[in-house]
Amino acid sequence: MIDLMQHSPLGTYYEHCKKGELAYQVCTDDNTPVFFPRAVAPHTGSRNLEWRISKGLGTVYATTVVYYRNEPPLNVALIDLDEGFRMMSRVEDIDPLQVKIGMRVKVRMHPGDDKLPPYPVFTAVEGAK
Amino acid sequence: MNGLQRGSIAVVGAAESDLGQVAPHTSPVDLMAQATLRALDECGLKVSDVDGIFSAATQVRTAPMTLAEYLRIKPKCFDGTQIGGSSFMSHLAHAQAAIQLGLCEVAVIAYGSTQRSVSRAAASPREFNPYESPYRPLLPISAYAMAASRHMHQYGTTREQLAEVAVAARKWALMNPKAWEKEPLTIEQVLNARMVSHPFTVRDCCLVVDGGGALILTSAARAKSLKQKPVYVLGVGEALSHATISNMPDLTITAAAQSGPKAFAMAKLKPSDVRMLSLYDAFTITPILFLEDLGYCPKGEGGRFVSGGTIAPGGKLPVNTSGGGLSYCHPGMYGLLVMIEAVRQVRGECGQRQVRNCDVALAHGNGGVLSSQCTVIFGSEAAL
Repeated sequence: MIDLMQHSPLGTYYEHCKKGELAYQVCTDDNTPVFFPRAVAPHTGSRNLEWRISKGLGTVYATTVVYYRNEPPLNVALIDLDEGFRMMSRVEDIDPLQVKIGMRVKVRMHPGDDKLPPYPVFTAVEGAK
Repeated sequence: MNGLQRGSIAVVGAAESDLGQVAPHTSPVDLMAQATLRALDECGLKVSDVDGIFSAATQVRTAPMTLAEYLRIKPKCFDGTQIGGSSFMSHLAHAQAAIQLGLCEVAVIAYGSTQRSVSRAAASPREFNPYESPYRPLLPISAYAMAASRHMHQYGTTREQLAEVAVAARKWALMNPKAWEKEPLTIEQVLNARMVSHPFTVRDCCLVVDGGGALILTSAARAKSLKQKPVYVLGVGEALSHATISNMPDLTITAAAQSGPKAFAMAKLKPSDVRMLSLYDAFTITPILFLEDLGYCPKGEGGRFVSGGTIAPGGKLPVNTSGGGLSYCHPGMYGLLVMIEAVRQVRGECGQRQVRNCDVALAHGNGGVLSSQCTVIFGSEAAL
């Protein structure tokens, strides 16, 4: 049970990101993965949420390439993690137009900057289909 | 049964404010008030007759309160539900409940935006979302673009089929003197326009203009005594599925698959009874999704369905005869204007673009990032 006087869901998520970990929750009442992190489990309304660390392997569910003026094209994608939750992220180190639905990807922690704490991005898994 | 009765209320006034680019320093509430007066004039009612106010706007956080102050109305009933572009269909459903219960007699639904004048960033600032904002999606466009990517992947939908939606809208717009766009558009022009968020070019995206509108609603009984031909509310359906695109369960299936059947059940009608559809076209993918989810073609067939001019003038299913958000007007939250065109088609006042025997028209609103879906079915007296 989360005591919001002590810890916030986002605060705990950020702590894991700083350690290079992609954290998510599981509702132990029905064993459902939960993402984004919450104080209360969706659907069940249960307080029995446990933090887990993802293995960081997933599949591209949807993708787009954003063309901001005077910037290189930027990938934005939805990634289905193998543990059964979905998140927004981007796939790096590849031409953004070559990010394809169904592509296998692996998490890497972006260091963040003065405005943002570290946040998870993805790269293509070598040799995987 | 949800308690709302088919045909219990009618639209007796429907009007746009000035559209396009309005004079400097015009406020969103100026536009709401202008449209409200125009809509009241249509039916012969006065500001002092209004006792229900339903409104939402991105630039006016307390819209019902602000409009009540402006018009100096003390409403008996008010609602500021804010679920994005479909808010006004939701307001209509809530106004129907209020009028049936006697909470108010004459309701106005009003909207205004000056997003072209003040910029979209100023008119509709986005909330920071720690799980999305770091990735810099160009919202809302990138969310709809990802839905399109998924539809293309699963069903073989093509960019040319998406472009067909924009081209059909432009053909209709050329028959609407109030439309923003005045020049013809080809599929090649859509495909070769500036890419914004793949697969969408700027021509796959709605306009960014100023504008607003108002509807006046009252009981079916009172409507009969007014000078405007009543357009009856036959069915309504509302549904929410998520707020952020990361949390949409399946990017190819919208909650229109729930709002549509609710509206049809209340109206005791089926999709083929509808003569004209007004479908919220923020982006070219949205009419394709709604044609599927509202039952006009099987899931996945929307791209093929719109090909070859099916929804364009002369096609078998008239969709967005105003020119839609893509070519007529899109002042940020477009749902009110989606309903105005459907009301006008049922009245039979659309001139060159009038759909023949349009006794039943459907208006479908979308809000957020495919998040809220609300369907309204309008009918003439003959459809009662």
